[in-house]
Amino acid sequence: MSSRTPRARRTPRAPRTPAPVPFTFTFDGRPVTALPGQSVAAALWSAGILAWRTTRHGGAPRGAFCGIGTCYDCLATVNGRPNRRACLLPARPGDAVTTQEGTGHDR
Amino acid sequence: MTADLAVVGAGPAGLTAAATAARLGLDVTLLDAAQRPGGQLYRHPAGGPVPRPVRRLVRRLDRVTHLPHHHVWTVVRDGDTWLLHAVAGPDEAPAAVRARAVLLATGAYERQLPFPGWTLPGVVGAGGAQAMLKGGLALPGTGAPPAGTGPGAGGRIVVAGSGPLLLAVATTLAAAGARVPVLVEASGPAAYARHAAALARNPAKLFQGALYGGALLHRTTRLLTRHAVTAAHGTTRLEAVTVTRLDPDWRPVPGTGRRVPCDALAVGHGLVPQLELATGLGCATRRTPDGTPAVEVDAEQRTSVPGLWAAGETCGVGGAELASAEGEIAALSVAGRRPPAAAARRRARLRAFADALAAAHRPGPGWTDWLDGATEVCRCEEVTAARIRAAVTDLGARDARSVKLLTRAGMGWCQGRTCGPAVARLAGRDPAPDRRPLSCPVPLSQLAQPPGAEK
Ligand SMILES: Cc1cc2nc3c(=O)[nH]c(=O)nc-3n(C[C@H](O)[C@H](O)[C@H](O)COP(=O)(O)OP(=O)(O)OC[C@H]3O[C@@H](n4cnc5c(N)ncnc54)[C@H](O)[C@@H]3O)c2cc1C
Ligand code: FES
Repeated sequence: MSSRTPRARRTPRAPRTPAPVPFTFTFDGRPVTALPGQSVAAALWSAGILAWRTTRHGGAPRGAFCGIGTCYDCLATVNGRPNRRACLLPARPGDAVTTQEGTGHDR
Repeated sequence: MTADLAVVGAGPAGLTAAATAARLGLDVTLLDAAQRPGGQLYRHPAGGPVPRPVRRLVRRLDRVTHLPHHHVWTVVRDGDTWLLHAVAGPDEAPAAVRARAVLLATGAYERQLPFPGWTLPGVVGAGGAQAMLKGGLALPGTGAPPAGTGPGAGGRIVVAGSGPLLLAVATTLAAAGARVPVLVEASGPAAYARHAAALARNPAKLFQGALYGGALLHRTTRLLTRHAVTAAHGTTRLEAVTVTRLDPDWRPVPGTGRRVPCDALAVGHGLVPQLELATGLGCATRRTPDGTPAVEVDAEQRTSVPGLWAAGETCGVGGAELASAEGEIAALSVAGRRPPAAAARRRARLRAFADALAAAHRPGPGWTDWLDGATEVCRCEEVTAARIRAAVTDLGARDARSVKLLTRAGMGWCQGRTCGPAVARLAGRDPAPDRRPLSCPVPLSQLAQPPGAEK
């Protein structure tokens, strides 16, 4: 391989993105910290929370499974609206996320 | 306005196609369900830098109308143009795009094979764990704070299943600070030996695999081939898994089960093409060497439906390099150019490699012995293996469709994407091509009155 000729200095193109500022939303009333752009599921995982739904028949706990919007296991109630896919939905400051029991409509 | 080309999916295939078509002077609209371009492999957090391999492509998007967070739920013919309907943004607003040609580059999703306990929180898809880590900087089962520095250390994550993706996942998880005590692969070296010729023609790829292996050894991960996680244990969340030796047909060898304590399990058995837009439009499919259906395309990536192209893993799982090669060929074809012979050769070589890998990791028929009667095969409708077996043996169901009608397996929210391959196998078949009227749940108001799009 030939050696490189010292030409014009390449300025590093790495974008100096400012450090993202964390914000909070609530899960069943308790505060959870999230980063801008983080999905609700990712923020919950980071807070050590793995389940935010119970199944319709067995009442079993569920959380994120496929992580890419395919399985619908991660359904949560967000700001009163049930059946939101937590793995796709970006967390927003002040969101109120609650455990979805069954279909989310029968409470 | 009518675009020359609408591309669905902004992974390596869709991005390459959109950029190539725009360079050739076409007016291109690119729709993607995700918030950030890059697809499954090049996922990255909002605000973070675009991963290097796709940076050049993403820069070329300035000549493309890029519509992120647009999930296309149906594509319909309207005279001599196509109308694409999408739900857009977190509030699921209706959107429509009109185009003269459509390229489907919708990628793939993970194949799951059920086992007792797989519905416990803490059991996650291997690719899913990877995606959540790349896109959301989160690890399952660790509780690491999102300090802006990436996820912290701590949790023990077992990585299991089959396929080349597992090594990548284990490496990424370990690099992010998780402990990966063991990587469990159901296939064995013998399966690779059978396809040695096609595999050896791609030394760079094998080298990449070797590198991953090397990095893992440093982190004291044990590699167990011909083994599977055959049960997950815990009450409200995962606490341990049972790892069992398999015979060549993937049947568990009695008395070889060992309990491995862990905080999470990342599991997956390769990928299957995402087909529903294509099958909804009537595109012909073919069967890939691991028994999965994929969109059939000709040498120029044309589907059997005129005006409709497909590229990337929707045409068969094969990695990002193949996806992007196909995206380029498709764009040239849409623009009326003949793809160069070199591109065709490259595609054929990569496809042969992918087919050999798929065949080597094809699930053995004995995996159904992992199930006990109480295992919920359909996660959405909570349908157990015992009920599905009863539908097959007592009620005479012969395929996934009749099992679904009898048990509701595959009738829930995910429309059988997660349990489909498993239910088909329990009914004694290879999975049939997906048929789903809608690609995602759509608000009723939009179904009743989909918005038009100006010509
Ligand atoms: C979960 C997961 C994790 C993976 N991790 C790795 C890895 O770590 N290393 C590796 O080498 N390979 C990985 N792969 C494989 C790799 O992603 C593929 O080889 C490559 O991305 C294929 O490119 P593609 O363009 O065909 O599809 P993809 O990259 O999958 O892109 C498809 C795009 O289409 C979009 N889409 C699908 N349906 C619709 C619709 N109806 N409307 C709008 N948009 C839609 C999706 O949002 C996605 O962005 C992973 C795959 C998956 C599924
Ligand atoms: S985790 Fe599967 S849809 Fe969200």
